[in-house]
Order: sequence, then structure tokens, then C-alpha cells
Amino acid sequence: MSSPVLTFTDRGIYCPPGDFYIDPWRPVPRAVITHGHSDHARHGMESYLATTQALPVIRRRLGPITAEGIPYGEARKIGGATVSFHPAGHVPGSAQIRVDVGGEVWVVSGDYKTEPDGLAEPFDPVPCHTFISECTFGLPIFRWEPQLQVMNRIAAWWAANAVLGKTSILGAYSFGKAQRLLAGLPGIGPILTHGAVEEMNGVLRDQGYPLPGTTRVTPEVTGKSHPGALVIAPPSALGSAWATRLGPSDEAFVSGWMAVRGIRRRRALGTGFVLSDHADWHGLNDAIGATGATRVFVTHGYTAPFRHWLETQGYDAGIVATQFTGDDVEPAGPEA
Amino acid sequence: MKRFAALFEALDATTKTGAKTAALADYFRTAPEADRVWTVALLTGRRPRRAVNSTELRLWAAKAAGIPDWLFEESYTVVGDLAETIALLLPPPQAFIDISLDGAIRSLIQLTGQPVEARKAAVLEAWAGLPVTERFLYNKLLTGGFRMGVAQGLLTRALAQATGVEEATLAHRLMGNWDPARTPFAALIEGDAGGDARPYPFALASQLEGVPEALGLTQDWLAEWKWDGIRGQLIARPGAFALWSRGEELITDRFPDLAPLADFLPEGTVIDGEILAWHPEENRPLPFAALQKRIGRKTVPKSLLAAAPARILAYDLLEDAGKDIRDLPLSQRRTRLTAILEALPPGLPLALSPGLTADTWQSLAATRATAREAQAEGVMLKRATSTYFAGRRRGDWWKWKLDPYTVDAVMLYAQAGHGRRANLFTDFTFGIRDGNELVPFTKAYSGLTDAEFAEITRWVQSHTMERFGPVRKVPAELVFEIGFEGLQASPRHKSGIALRFPRMLRWRRDKGVDEVDTLDSLRALLKAAG
Repeated sequence: MSSPVLTFTDRGIYCPPGDFYIDPWRPVPRAVITHGHSDHARHGMESYLATTQALPVIRRRLGPITAEGIPYGEARKIGGATVSFHPAGHVPGSAQIRVDVGGEVWVVSGDYKTEPDGLAEPFDPVPCHTFISECTFGLPIFRWEPQLQVMNRIAAWWAANAVLGKTSILGAYSFGKAQRLLAGLPGIGPILTHGAVEEMNGVLRDQGYPLPGTTRVTPEVTGKSHPGALVIAPPSALGSAWATRLGPSDEAFVSGWMAVRGIRRRRALGTGFVLSDHADWHGLNDAIGATGATRVFVTHGYTAPFRHWLETQGYDAGIVATQFTGDDVEPAGPEA
Repeated sequence: MKRFAALFEALDATTKTGAKTAALADYFRTAPEADRVWTVALLTGRRPRRAVNSTELRLWAAKAAGIPDWLFEESYTVVGDLAETIALLLPPPQAFIDISLDGAIRSLIQLTGQPVEARKAAVLEAWAGLPVTERFLYNKLLTGGFRMGVAQGLLTRALAQATGVEEATLAHRLMGNWDPARTPFAALIEGDAGGDARPYPFALASQLEGVPEALGLTQDWLAEWKWDGIRGQLIARPGAFALWSRGEELITDRFPDLAPLADFLPEGTVIDGEILAWHPEENRPLPFAALQKRIGRKTVPKSLLAAAPARILAYDLLEDAGKDIRDLPLSQRRTRLTAILEALPPGLPLALSPGLTADTWQSLAATRATAREAQAEGVMLKRATSTYFAGRRRGDWWKWKLDPYTVDAVMLYAQAGHGRRANLFTDFTFGIRDGNELVPFTKAYSGLTDAEFAEITRWVQSHTMERFGPVRKVPAELVFEIGFEGLQASPRHKSGIALRFPRMLRWRRDKGVDEVDTLDSLRALLKAAG
């Protein structure tokens, strides 16, 4: 057998035949990026390749970089490898990366979710021999409700707060989750946004993603000036002076981690809505099955039990260690 | 269960006590009366006997969820709560069962002692028909350990709002041995439920944080030893002789050596005191460890009764000749207490906890410094004019404890916590130096801030050397100052020493593993403690 299509190095996933890295965490000459979240698209690479849809967010976050965008599905020859991007359904522009070396196909999932959310390009299974899958929520305790039900629950909370004269403040990651909420919630009142969220709204609107109108929170904007409003802000803004200034309010956090009561209580946040941009247990299993791969590497999440589970299901399974989470999960960590 | 689940969700969705009180008060006004009684029972730690053990639950749940047992255990490690793990793992319900809290608990009570097939069938049926929150609560009824973030004070406040009965009165009425299955809500609230042996709510002291001089004149205070035993309330009423622990547990039968008191105490006497194991010859308390050997046992063997007989040192008198005297000043209650004790024949296992006389705070501080020799944990300070209040109220009663023993130790193993601390490494095993080796000698899991635990969690994740199930072996690098209240020889521990109440006082980032203390230094402490 020739050298493997992809290897795992201390800089990230590396393709020897193409001499490039996928989502590297240390500076490398050539980086191929799955999506714009900061734990995947990092500073310091000499060049970046991503989907056309992902590039504007990456540019906004990283500043001046040498980067190129290509459409989903378009094959690009890099050295001895052929690379293409395929929708991962995680956030707008997010991709799985398919690497073909002489007919041997490996796919790196990046972050993904299988349920279409109405905004991100829906997940598309890619047949391959070896699949490298994230498993942030790789335990059977994680089982997501259909998005519509969660959106209805959030809408009911918002409406109840409005009746009590309270502003509803939703904590959600500023790129991805925030816009998914904007696109998925019924318009029952004004929607206000934190600056970090509005910045990303602007980038996505310019690209043509359909987002409803929003108002950026400024010193003049409060619960009084916008009664019955919903505010979407990064989680760090919850409980802050920024939030207090809005007047009487009720806060909630939107994340897959909210499924576990202990984690919710540790954050000392009362209300949590369970809505994730990652696949749940069944999503992971279905996605892996749909690739037809016989070999699976898992990364980012409950890797040890998930690998063991895949082995019992007949897969040749291994673990890819990542630098920043060890092989464990950090619930307080990045976008979930 | 639907109404109860809504209450639970309302309580769980807020950290504000005002909102919790309002949700509870609303529930106590509108929920079915039988459900209200069970809710009071559950929130005050009264639970029906367990119909199913947790091993059975795990096996049934894994099977119903279609996952192997090891995956169930992995999931449990992450969730940190058995009832919740099961609720999350099971597939969504297909049909919906509408059953009241009272109905659910009564059917569980009927299940106890039934053959395993019948119990399993009933549990599986409930799992299949309850939505996630109700399923979680149902599991909580099965597994016990009900905690809903409702302190006793909050519960009585909410009940007071709902019923119009005054809080302190209610607190007393909720005490005692009432059976939620037979107690109507009205009887509970009107105080007809607790029976003749019903205790009073314990008055609890607060930790003295500043200097005692801030309390004013020494003469206004009663000082006595803070004994290192079990706080208890002794009830001698016509037709009722009972000993209650501070956790409202009836422990009369654990202390048969105290039974003779029933024949000699005047009718209608209630005493607050400390239960201690007493040195049979030297007329002094034995270390807490001697009492601990007795606590865990339902029946105490004769040899232990002889080696560690129990004795009560009385602090206070709450009921005199059948009259509730808790509103009298402490000085008067003590006078009456002394009179009762002096009238007793000699040789009974009950005596006054003597007052410590001191003219100045300074001389009292000198006395306090000798607390360990007296087998005490420090000094209690009680305002002479204080009433016997219910629960914890700052101002009149203070614990002035000795500083803990301390030792610097290094972390060897880490394990994730449970509940609120699930997924966070909080339970550590520490080692100290023994020659060239590091010997594990204690565990501790409290004393650090959430931010410190989060930082250590990240460190453990990136420094794991080996896994033993949920336990991670880590390099011996992080040093902590461990505080503890006492120590005893223990053949069960590798180090030969067991600590009492060990906790982390500080993370010593300034110290390295070469600066941790030695086992010899602990052995010396043990020797000094006798």
C-alpha cells in the first residue's frame, strides 16, 4: 500500500501527496479550511482555501489573508491529490472536505449536523473509504428534538416575557447559531442584536443569505424603546452590564449542552434551550453509515466511547487527537 | 406528574429565590392536596422506600435504550445523575400516561417487595409513557436523593404564603415522623401530623468570621465547647421517648445506652445537646472516630457499647414540663436545664455541657486554643438573651472554631464530579512524600472556585497519563494546601492514616512537588492527637 491519503500531525491533519493541511492549528504554507469558526480557521497560514460561501466570514475574522474560494462540488487538483468541498450543514458556508488520491477517498467532516436548518447548505453525505468524523455529541444521551419544536418553545418563552413587559435575551454564538435563530424564529416582535452578532449578520446578508431585519443595540436602544423585543447576543453578554442596561429581562442560553441539567446549572443560567449545530447521536451514526466508509477516525468530543461504539458496529475505528480539547469535551468551549 | 413537572421546571429555570418562592406558593395553592403533601415530603427529605435498586434500573434502562451496558455507564459518567441519564437515553414516549404525583408514588409503594418481573413491567410501562421531565422525576422517586434547589427556609416561606400560617410555626409543624401517605394537607399545616415525638427545628450557629471583640461585652455571652459529636434533640414526653439527629432522623434505637433516661427525665422535657462516645474510665469524650463506628449500625454490638458508650452533653432546654420555652432568654433556659439535670440520680449518660468562664475575650481565646486537648472543635458563643430560633439566623449564635490542620499535597488522580459538576474534574486524590515515594493519602473535592476547577479540568484533559474507568492518572505537578479537622489511624488506607473533613484550602501555584509535606509529619500529628 502507498502512503496514506491523510496523516495526523502536531499541526493538524496533513495530506502528504498534496502537501496541505486541513484546519491546522499552527502556521503552515497551505491550509484547507472547513468553516469560519475560530477553532477551525486560525491566524497565520500562508494561504487559505475554503468554499466561496465560507470565505467572507473567514476574511472578516482573520483580516488580510491570502485566500481563495471555490464552489461546493468543484474538484481542485493540489499536487497528487484532488480536493473538493461538500456541504456539512453546520453553519453557512461550512464544508466537509473530500480528498481523493489515486481513487482512494478520504473525507474530513469538519463540524456537521444532519438536520437542515433552513439557512446553512444542508448536509450532503459523501461516499468514501475513510471518514474522519467529529463527535462533539457522541453519546446516546444527546438526542435533538426537531428544530421546529425548539423554535416554538423559544417563541413561547419570548411571547411570555413580552406579556410580562420583559425583554428576552438569548445567548447564542455570534456566527451560525445566532443567524439560524433569526431565520427560524417567527416574527412576534422586534429583534435586537449585539454588535458581534450584527457584524456577522452583515457579512451573511451581503452574501445573499435571507435574514430578517434586525436592530443593533446602541445606548438609545432598550426594552423601553423596543417593548417585547428579543435580543440575540453572544453567551458572554448574558448577565453582563450590557444586558442589565436593557432593563427588565429574562435570559436563556441556546446550545446542545443545555441537554444536560448539570451543565446548565453550572452556568447558573436558568433557562436553556437545546439546539445544536452539531449532529446528535443518531445524526452521527446515520452520517457515518451513509458514507459507506469501512474506516472511521473520530475527533472533537467523546472520542473514546464513540470509537469503541463504532468498533462494536464493525468499523475499523481510531481517534484523532486535537490540540485544544485533548481528547475530551470542554462544554464551556467553542461553538456548540 | 404533569403539574409536579411544571413546578420542577419553574424551579429549575431560575436561580432567583423570589421566583422559586412564587412558583412553589402557587403550587401549594392550586395543586391537588395529596400531591402537595408529597411535595412537602420530598422537599424535606421524606421519601418512599426504594422499590427498585439502581443496578436493576441500569440494566433495564440500557436494554430499553438499546445500548450496551458500558455505553450506559459512559453516559452516566457524563450526566452525573442516574435518573437523568435514564430519562435522556430512553427513546421518546409513544403514548402518554396521565398520573398524579400521589398516584405515581402510591403505585411505587405497592411495588416494594413484589417479584422482579412485576416491578420491571411497571417501571418499563412508566418509562414508555412519560415525557422526559416527568420520566426524570419518576426516576428520582425510584432512586431517591431528591434535590430541587429548595432550601427548608424557602419551602416554609412558600407554604406560609400559600396558607397564611406563620413561618416559624410551620417549620415546627413540618418536623417529626409524619407519614405522607396518611397525612392530609390540612392536618400537616395545622400541626396535627408530627405525633408526640415531634422535635423542634434546630437553631443553627453561623461561623464567626471576624474577631470576637466585635460581639461586644464578654459578659453578654455564654461560651461553651463546640463538641465533636452528633447534634441531637432528646424528647421525653408522655408516651414518647425519642432521639433525633439534626438531619431529622430518628436515631433512638441506635443508642440503647441512652434509653434509661426515659425513666428519669421529667415528663415534657426536650433537650438540645451533643451525642458523644464517652471514655468508660477517664470520664472524657472519645474522638469522633469512636462514635462514627456506632453511627452506621442499626444494632450496636455489646462490645462496642462497652468500649464506646454514648453520652449526651446538654446545651439547651426547649420544652419544660410540657411547655414550649424557646422564646425565653437563653440564660433562663440554661437555669431550668441545670435544675433538671441536678435533680437526676447519678450515673446517667446525660450531663450539662459546662460553660467556659472568661472575663475577657483574650482569656477565652486562650481557652479556645486548648480545644483539641478537650476533644472539642472550638468554642460556641451564644448571646445570653437569645431565643431558641428556628434554622440559621446570624447574630446570636456563633461557632468559633479552631483553624484546621493543614498539609501541602500533590494531585495524583482526578475524577469528574456529579450533578452540577458533571464533566468537570473536581474529585482529586492527593499524595504526600514517604521517602522517595508519593503515597496517596486522601481525597478532596471542595474548596476551589468554579474557575479554578475549570482550569484544572483543562489541565487534566491535556495531561492524562492513564485512565482507570472514570479516573485519570495525572503527573504529580499540581500542589494544594489541604485542610482537615482531625486524623486517625486507618489500616484501610495505604498511608495508614485517615483525615476528617479534608478539603482544598488553596491551590499552591507557587509550590512544586518537591515541596509537599511528608507522611512522617502526619504521623507526628497523629501521635500528638492521641
